[in-house]
Amino acid sequence: MSTTTAVPAKSVAASPAVPGRRASRAALTRWLFVAPAVLYMLAFFGYPLVRNVVMSFQHYTPRTFFTGEAPFNGLDNWTAVFGNELFTESLWHTAVFTLGSLLGQFVLGLALAVFFSRRFRLSGFARAVLLLPWLIPMVVSSVVWRKLLDQDTGVLNTLLMNLHLTSEPVPWLSSPSVALLSAILVNIWVGIPFNMVILYGGLQEIPREMYEAASLDGAGPWRTFRSITLPQLRPVITVVLVLGFMSTIKILDLILALTGGGPADSTQTLGTATYQLSFQQLDFGQGAVVGNVLILISAVFAVFYLRANRSDFGQGK
Amino acid sequence: MPARTLRRGSNTVIALVVLAILLFPLYWMLNIALQPGESLASTSWFPTSPGWSNFERALDSQGGSLVTSLVVALGAVVVCLAMAAPAAYGLAQLGLRGGRSIVFGTLITQMVPGIVIANALYSAYVDLHLVNSLPGLILADASLGLPFSIVLLRAFMVSIPKEIVEAAMVDGANRFTAFVRIVLPISRNSLITAGLFTFLFAWSDFMFALTLNTTDDVKPITLSMYEYIGAHVSDWGAVMATAVVSAVPAAILLILAQKYVAAGITGGSVK
Repeated sequence: MSTTTAVPAKSVAASPAVPGRRASRAALTRWLFVAPAVLYMLAFFGYPLVRNVVMSFQHYTPRTFFTGEAPFNGLDNWTAVFGNELFTESLWHTAVFTLGSLLGQFVLGLALAVFFSRRFRLSGFARAVLLLPWLIPMVVSSVVWRKLLDQDTGVLNTLLMNLHLTSEPVPWLSSPSVALLSAILVNIWVGIPFNMVILYGGLQEIPREMYEAASLDGAGPWRTFRSITLPQLRPVITVVLVLGFMSTIKILDLILALTGGGPADSTQTLGTATYQLSFQQLDFGQGAVVGNVLILISAVFAVFYLRANRSDFGQGK
Repeated sequence: MPARTLRRGSNTVIALVVLAILLFPLYWMLNIALQPGESLASTSWFPTSPGWSNFERALDSQGGSLVTSLVVALGAVVVCLAMAAPAAYGLAQLGLRGGRSIVFGTLITQMVPGIVIANALYSAYVDLHLVNSLPGLILADASLGLPFSIVLLRAFMVSIPKEIVEAAMVDGANRFTAFVRIVLPISRNSLITAGLFTFLFAWSDFMFALTLNTTDDVKPITLSMYEYIGAHVSDWGAVMATAVVSAVPAAILLILAQKYVAAGITGGSVK
């Protein structure tokens, strides 16, 4: 113990005056704190990003993993994917799914956040319990909803029929024209708690005096919401929407467990298409192409995210 | 002020109605799981004569997967925190050159779609013989919590006064012992929050489980459930019982660690 502690004690005392080897050794020690995480992130985030680009120019077949041969094939994967109807449909479904989900999650999440900002009994308890749908595994939620939405035995159709809101059971998951809507509904349900909590946090930061001033000026609730709440909440809204966007666009779990991409590919998204091309057809090259498109779209929105974050830091506390 | 109390009371009623609607799917999951004869007739609205046979069937076929999930999630927490805590300290306190770029990179990683990682990781895992292995899945799942944990821990560690650590070093501790004896205990709450969320992320993981396993050797509960509904879609009782069991960690966390959960959601995502 005494031998190991002697050296750093000395170096601390001497460090301001003595640069050179000792200082560089201290710098090395500092880097050792960060090195494992940095190396890990390079391996698990950096490497896949680069590797995906390379893979998208390689010809993978089911035999590749035995022979190790994946010859370069130029733009073949790219032309194949862009000419594939699965891709164009997935792109479209992803756009509809993402926009629909975000809109629903955000509007309902904001409404709940505003509602829970009033002070009343059980408010804190209710807010906490509402987090449950967001905390349980998405596959579990999807499986539960698969039962709820079942055309013949699902409770939602039972309810709608009993209330005479519909005369025939709705084919929530079995009709190609309804399935994507159902997936959006389920994802809205999953995302409401997250939106609510973040927006609620943002609402608490708005100074009460602003509301008092508004009510002195005779502003009604709607006017107050539009002129004070929304503008003050803007940075938080941006963060919530961008984070929501990035987690929704890459969706995979929810759709695989709810519909498996079907019926008739009506719920295939870029995420499920990547999975299908790579892990089911074992054409990792074409899967990588779709993956790269996904990254490209995310990258554009990452710029928004970083901007939003910077303005968040800028307002500084 | 009777009018005001009345309004507050009606708010509580509205809140309970919202709660009932939004949590109905989870109630229904529990309801089906507790009704043993479910397949015979349509499900009744309340489990008037509850039974455990669904849970027995579920545990029989899925018990092993629950253990796998537990091992993988705990392993991912250990791996993640072992890397995140020192890194967060380094980035918050040690004034590293290029530290800002690392923080920036950490933020960026959160936008890389998991399926893209899996796509490239699979072939690397084949070469490294990590496919179908517990360590392989634990390593991959640690990636789900690492950026989040670094951001969260760093945000806290920035506020630790430098003098505390310097004082310990003057007293003869080296930087690493000072980190373990002083920084880690002070950061206890943030470490718990980061650990809890990493546990939840790994416990919920489906994608790595699905893509990095080709045999039945390593099968976490999410994957097991996915395969089970593919094969036994008529046995909803057992499926729902499995769903209940795999939702338990989230429910426990919400009850026991509510303040950490709230801290994690706001701290990790906004900052």
